[in-house]
Amino acid sequence: MSRCLCDRSIDHVVLERGEIAHTWRTERWDSLRLLTPNWQSRLPGFNYNGDDPDGYRSVTEVVEFIASYSKVISAPILTHTTVTSVRSTETGYLVRTDQGDWLSRTVVVASGACNVAVVPGFASKVPRSMMQLTAQDYRNPEQLVDGGVLVVGASSSGVQIAHEIQRSGRPVILSVGEHIRAPRVYRGKDLEWWMDAAGVLDERYDEVDDIARARRVASLQLAGTPDRSTLDINALTGIGVTVVGRLGGIGENGKAQFSGSLRNMCALSDLKMGRLLDRIDEWAQRNGFDVGTNPPHRLPPTRVEPAPPLGMDLASGEIKAIIWATGYRPDYSWLEVPVLDRKGRLQHDGGVVSAPGMYLMGTQFMRRRKSALIDGAGDDARDLSAHLTSYLDSRDARK
Amino acid sequence: MADAGSIADNGVNVAALIGAREALTDAPAGAQFKWRAACEWKNGTHSHSTVEGFYGLGQEQQHKKTFTFDADHPEVFASEDKGATPVEYVLVGLASCLTAGIAAVAQHRNIQLRSVTATLEGDMDLQGILGIDDDVRNGFGGIKVTYKIDADAKREDIEALVAQSQKRSAVYDIVTNPTNVTVVVD
Repeated sequence: MSRCLCDRSIDHVVLERGEIAHTWRTERWDSLRLLTPNWQSRLPGFNYNGDDPDGYRSVTEVVEFIASYSKVISAPILTHTTVTSVRSTETGYLVRTDQGDWLSRTVVVASGACNVAVVPGFASKVPRSMMQLTAQDYRNPEQLVDGGVLVVGASSSGVQIAHEIQRSGRPVILSVGEHIRAPRVYRGKDLEWWMDAAGVLDERYDEVDDIARARRVASLQLAGTPDRSTLDINALTGIGVTVVGRLGGIGENGKAQFSGSLRNMCALSDLKMGRLLDRIDEWAQRNGFDVGTNPPHRLPPTRVEPAPPLGMDLASGEIKAIIWATGYRPDYSWLEVPVLDRKGRLQHDGGVVSAPGMYLMGTQFMRRRKSALIDGAGDDARDLSAHLTSYLDSRDARK
Repeated sequence: MADAGSIADNGVNVAALIGAREALTDAPAGAQFKWRAACEWKNGTHSHSTVEGFYGLGQEQQHKKTFTFDADHPEVFASEDKGATPVEYVLVGLASCLTAGIAAVAQHRNIQLRSVTATLEGDMDLQGILGIDDDVRNGFGGIKVTYKIDADAKREDIEALVAQSQKRSAVYDIVTNPTNVTVVVD
């Protein structure tokens, strides 16, 4: 967005609470790799030209990548400047920070979609002796005591954390609710390549049937695995992870209950993946990509044992730690402008927030399916900076 | 409790139940039952279900007749209201299971029942099944069962009946604890 505002000669400042790429520096586990391949992180005027286009950046490499982009575009960034409140004024907004106040005509909210780890309310009933971490606090298996680990949640974070904890010798029980299975490589190409080429990632928010639902959909079970292997439920049960249903609740007696819906959760996910691969195959056929790629194929169905466990005594000692990989939510506690709905979600139309002159960036399916990806920032910023410019022009014209 | 010497009669053959318990303790294979229902879609949200056979005591068994159940949704949901809603059948199942249990436990404890009535209410936020709010579950938010019991017993004994009935109720267990459900398409 800063680059696009520069291109339009709009005076602006970027406020960063810590260092550049602060969240990547402080809120990610050690082994995490970007789930999109190197070639796909395309920012305005900045493409990958290294020798490993199909690789996945480590956290350190992501930090370097973002920091170097900020240098290339000479972004006017003020680091170690925490926004404490934003409120409306006669002419725009008053932005208070711990380093002084700013008056601005417009504000772009790019503070991220994953500020706070969401943990179910019944976590308070977990026995006190149990170690509990969220995917945000988790760093590596060595943080954990020896013994079994319950990982709750099987989207991108949950499956990656479950995988490395199981490999560390700690037996993992993975609680699986709704999730979206995806092959890392399909027909010899990265799934992201297909989704990019076939236009899936460019689908706009005003083209899908139910955007509210599309924005709530769990992240794909994709991981930036150096060997480009698929990390799905079958891969996890293959290394000994025990898979159980969605954690429905914890009783006063410390007994955890798992839903009996695991079979359906896996069936839904298999069907959904099948529809995505069908769409890719149709696109490949229509556009001449059947030549030079491997033939279409389908993954074997997700294996579910005949009677998955429905409960577990958290006080029995079988489990020593729980990792909550149950999603994140943005933190808008500093936003003192009435733009949140009753559920605390920012109300916007493709990133144009309901308050005049306020814009959003980088949330799930904000404007396009790729909006939450690094690769989605460019197109969104181009659109929204154009909107912002015409908003400023129309205000100037009224004066 | 019934007076010393008098025998309560709630119409429950406790001797047969205790006999069955002893027999099945020695022959646990006979305790393996399969309960069955069949359902056929009629039109709209109306379906017609039947219950006739089940498996138990080592062989196929038959009810004395085929029982039928029509389920539908009410007119406020633009349906034709040709039967109770499926969730009301869940309330019916819970109520009849707990009530049968109360009679059996009362008989076993020699408590004469004169009347037992239950009213049930299940709270449901339709934002769940309509997909409006993912934080709202599809099913009941909670179920309230209220018993009125007239019996030859102190209040605490009646409360103990109701508590023991919940402890041994199949439907109470089904409703309060998870169950693996497998749905296949032939």
